[in-house]
Amino acid sequence: MLLARVLEEKLASLYRAGKINGGVFLGKGQEALSASLGMSLRKGDIFAPLIRDQAGRLAFGEDILEAVRTYMGSALGPMRGREGNVHRGRPKDGYYAMISHLGAMISVVCGGLIARRFKGEKGVVGATCIGDGGTSTGAFHEALNLAAVEKLPLVLLIANNQFAYSTPNDREFACHDLVDRAIGYGVEGHKVDATDLDACLDVVGRAVARAREGHGPQMVVASLLRLSGHGEHDDASYIPEALKAAHLGQDCLKTAECTLLDRKWISPEELAELTGSIQQQVEEAIATVQREPAPDPATETWCALATPGLDDTFCA
Amino acid sequence: MITYLEAIREAQAKALTDDPRVYIYGQDVGRFGGAFKATKNLAHEFPGRVLDAPISEDAMVGSAIGAAIEGMRPIVEIQYADFSTPGFNQIVNHAASLYWRTRVPCPITVRLPSGGTAGSGPFHSQSMEGVYAQYPGLVILTPATVEDAYSMLLEAVAIDDPVLFCEHKYLYYHLKAEGLPTEALPVGKARIARPGRDVTVVTYSAMVHEALAAAEELSGEGYEVEVVDLRSIKPIDTDTVLASVARTGRLLAVGEAWPWGGVTAEVVARVASEGLALLDAPPRRLNAKNTPIPFHPNLWGTHRPTAPTVARALRDLLRL
Ligand SMILES: Cc1ncc(C[n+]2csc(CCOP(=O)(O)OP(=O)(O)O)c2C)c(N)n1
Repeated sequence: MLLARVLEEKLASLYRAGKINGGVFLGKGQEALSASLGMSLRKGDIFAPLIRDQAGRLAFGEDILEAVRTYMGSALGPMRGREGNVHRGRPKDGYYAMISHLGAMISVVCGGLIARRFKGEKGVVGATCIGDGGTSTGAFHEALNLAAVEKLPLVLLIANNQFAYSTPNDREFACHDLVDRAIGYGVEGHKVDATDLDACLDVVGRAVARAREGHGPQMVVASLLRLSGHGEHDDASYIPEALKAAHLGQDCLKTAECTLLDRKWISPEELAELTGSIQQQVEEAIATVQREPAPDPATETWCALATPGLDDTFCA
Repeated sequence: MITYLEAIREAQAKALTDDPRVYIYGQDVGRFGGAFKATKNLAHEFPGRVLDAPISEDAMVGSAIGAAIEGMRPIVEIQYADFSTPGFNQIVNHAASLYWRTRVPCPITVRLPSGGTAGSGPFHSQSMEGVYAQYPGLVILTPATVEDAYSMLLEAVAIDDPVLFCEHKYLYYHLKAEGLPTEALPVGKARIARPGRDVTVVTYSAMVHEALAAAEELSGEGYEVEVVDLRSIKPIDTDTVLASVARTGRLLAVGEAWPWGGVTAEVVARVASEGLALLDAPPRRLNAKNTPIPFHPNLWGTHRPTAPTVARALRDLLRL
């Protein structure tokens, strides 16, 4: 959580300094939820994170260099400058690379799980995340229904952070609570207060375990508030102050730190030391990537096919 | 005798037999055998590998992409090409970009029962190949013969990229061959369906047969029409097209899709830019009319190119 927060704050400052091409999208306030998912998954599981899942990506095993390289467009990154920011992954390792189209990753994870079933693998879980707004897509509906029909071990984490870009929930859906949809799909539903790390670890952990044990798709609806703009270009002035001051507006990271201190599981000095070493780790990653080459149009293949012989040479 | 449709079934049976990574997913493809019976008995012969899908084209294609990431080679049957539009996003934005973005190939085959038949109307008749061809990262096949339906479908499944297999519904039952082929031209190579020296028709899929009938008609008038069957429209075998135009000096590109852009426009553009000097007359195109596809056979028969309209366009071109 802390590493995700420090890394993203650094990326935001690089963005403000004009050192990043494209946008920067933070998971600020969503780290407890996302990290809980990443920590509940195992090697060999499938994970398709979305925009606000830096914490989950790290917990699932992403090296921070991959994040920094993708944001900064290093030729050495997993996407080699072909894709930026949150659009990254290593599908061969079960870490799928999202496309922008909201809702699209859910059915892709379903397919990954169908393949694992064909191969006779047992105890595998596939997880993906979406926002409140993304639940309004047709893709969301098709995929969750498919997962239910096939009884797949899917965990679908819905981060209800109250806004889809600027659109509040009452313009996005009309049901009382998104978790009520679970019964309509024939999947198990869970609710969690995502400002509370303990609750996230507990509820998300349970959902992952139930999927693993063969209880079919699990839908977790988490309530929280987006503590940043949609992206760093957005001041989010449309979020009412009263909401920020309410329980939902609490910062899960600050709350988790206070809990650790209260329980004396960490001393203030140790926390400061940990934060300092994480900041140094992030600074070093950025310094490393800043020395790396950018992609070179002259050495690009400019071929989209895995079978170059089938490329339409007239288009080359 | 084997029909075009049976060849498609046989190719799928062979793919399922030869490769444990292959499975079939689509609406009604299981016990029922598919809306056109292209998967007849396959669910029985290959238990657990021919799965009925909910009416969810986006999720059908999306799940095939996920399975391909994990090493499977899914065949997705879209019930009619027209209904691929709800799955468009996964095809053009996801399947087509996956390898380029991640270096993980996406070997999915999406079967699109395409083209018009009498009485099918605006939403069960479309030819979508030109729309999809605009997107990089896809291979698009348009078999015109029983032999190609069989061999190209087998090749489609073996290709490491997403393939849209545009099988023509009009040919399903109309077209018959003695048996299944033992050898075939590779994907990406066009075929001279009929040699000639006066004018070239470049076409594909069901229109190959309209062009062949028109060529027969014109042979009675003393003209020798060369018919080029593209077989694959992405990639297009531009060399074979140019070589034919070099022989005849005249080009008519015929397609069943709509006239704005598309395959025929692409063929004309290529010949104009690479082979203008080969032409003795302006290159011409013949496509469907620029309206939705009508239901009534009288209207439908006029909406799409047919042997008489191809013949008329050829006579016009030969007079130039
Ligand atoms: C299909 C689709 N339509 C529109 C967009 C543009 N878009 C990107 S993020 C976003 C808002 C997403 O809101 P939500 O799902 O609630 O997630 P959050 O950003 O709040 O985490 C929109 C509209 C998109 N990516 N995909």
